[in-house]
Amino acid sequence: MFDQSPPHGLPHCAGVGYKPQHFTQIMENAGSVGWLEVHAENYMGAGGRPLAQLAALAETFPLSVHGVGLSIGGEGPLDPDHLARLKALCDRVKPASFSEHLAWSTHDIGFLNDLLPLPYTQTTLTRVCAHIDQVQDLLGRQMLLENPSNYLAFAESQMSEVAFLTEITNRTGCGLLLDVNNVFVSAVNQQTDPLSYLDAFPLDKVGEIHLGGHDEDTDDHGAPLLIDSHGAEVADPVWALLDHVLQRAGPRPVLIEWDTDVPDWTVLEAQAARAHTALATVQA
Amino acid sequence: MICQDAFTVALLDPSQPTPAGLIDPQGQTAPKRFAVYRNNVAASLTEALRTGFPVIRKLVGDRFFDALAGVYLRAHPPKTPLMMHYGQELPAFLQGFPPAQNLPYLADVARLELAMRESYHAKDAAPIEPSVLAAIPPETLMQSRIALAPSAILLRSRWPIYGIWAANMLDAPTPQMHGEAVLIMRPEYDPTPHLLPAGMATFLIALETQPLGAALDTATAAVADFDLGAALGILLAGGAITSLTLPKAPAP
Repeated sequence: MFDQSPPHGLPHCAGVGYKPQHFTQIMENAGSVGWLEVHAENYMGAGGRPLAQLAALAETFPLSVHGVGLSIGGEGPLDPDHLARLKALCDRVKPASFSEHLAWSTHDIGFLNDLLPLPYTQTTLTRVCAHIDQVQDLLGRQMLLENPSNYLAFAESQMSEVAFLTEITNRTGCGLLLDVNNVFVSAVNQQTDPLSYLDAFPLDKVGEIHLGGHDEDTDDHGAPLLIDSHGAEVADPVWALLDHVLQRAGPRPVLIEWDTDVPDWTVLEAQAARAHTALATVQA
Repeated sequence: MICQDAFTVALLDPSQPTPAGLIDPQGQTAPKRFAVYRNNVAASLTEALRTGFPVIRKLVGDRFFDALAGVYLRAHPPKTPLMMHYGQELPAFLQGFPPAQNLPYLADVARLELAMRESYHAKDAAPIEPSVLAAIPPETLMQSRIALAPSAILLRSRWPIYGIWAANMLDAPTPQMHGEAVLIMRPEYDPTPHLLPAGMATFLIALETQPLGAALDTATAAVADFDLGAALGILLAGGAITSLTLPKAPAP
């Protein structure tokens, strides 16, 4: 068990999800951006530009390696080849943080390239904890686990998501990555109160905060259905929830995620500047 | 209880009902909510194929491409979370895809696009300077072995795969229908396909197992006017030669 509370690693300032098209601007003038996050799987090739850029970034910025393919919630065992690639990447880049998702994405037939949901039961709790133990033992470090965006619920769930995540941190010593946009998306979709979720959340275990954009749709009955798209500016209610979290938790590393329809650097940097401002009000 | 088997089957087959036990806030089965996951999987894999095969997409058009991607992604979901490798089975799939049979060159063009990506992510290897070659006496050079960079990838086709690639990516004129050999080289980080002169593909294949002089003989046997100087010039300009192993000194 890895007990490193409160979680530490990344600086308590604004970061952005790295996109290769922004490399030159980031290296010349990163503005309000104090650290970068990369998706682990994009840097598991043998060589070429991705690895060269990552090496250059790692010399200049604290890095967060964020996995999107480990399938920690999968029913089957973790893929040993993927674990080995992850260890090699972390040994090479020495990131300030490693995080993954409370989700599954791999099944017998292959990798499904989406973060799929889990029921919150004793069975899944035991399995997820065993997988996190395995990852932390292999990497020799604490990892952060991210809360999902939910579009539906499992009738078989026996506990709340917050209770589930809290129990995971207690059993494994992992930290949490609090995605505030996911909290908002899930609350709207499940017709619950995001503030109640955040007030119950173990904020002392939060080593990183994510912010991203979402799309709006409706469900079968015309009720609002938000889709976590990472393809737009962070919505105002999500910024308000960020303020709420920062006031209670104090400053934390805050990341802007923008993965589809990636905008010009100036748009992304402006979002980071807004996060920087939100952090400054609690840092004083 | 919903096992991930049942979830996966319903995820990839839209004709299947939403698994019972996946519910909305009122406790009812939620098809449109489940469809978010279905759409995420199909849309993200289709997007990965669009990005990886821009020439195939231009050749068949967006609607045809998305339709074939929908069939392909269900038959061949990614084998690993490394999306950079997704699409390995597309050439063989295109060969056996009945609606694409009137475009018999598609499979080989897909092989070229896959090889471009493979080259992009290949292991780095520093090229040797041209002066290194020039400094070696010709007789010694002919007995030496040449190794190419991992990013240098040779393709041979009975179709004009370079011409088709160039017509779609560089607005070059539509090619004549004849076979072509292509060498992808990556001088630094950007892979570029090069149309090879006659005999050079034979030469490169021979070089994998033979010293330079023997490979030259093999190439000349196939194409009488094969030009070694031009071939080496192409390799050096593309930064594709990464090592030269001199013959062992003769025993005294």
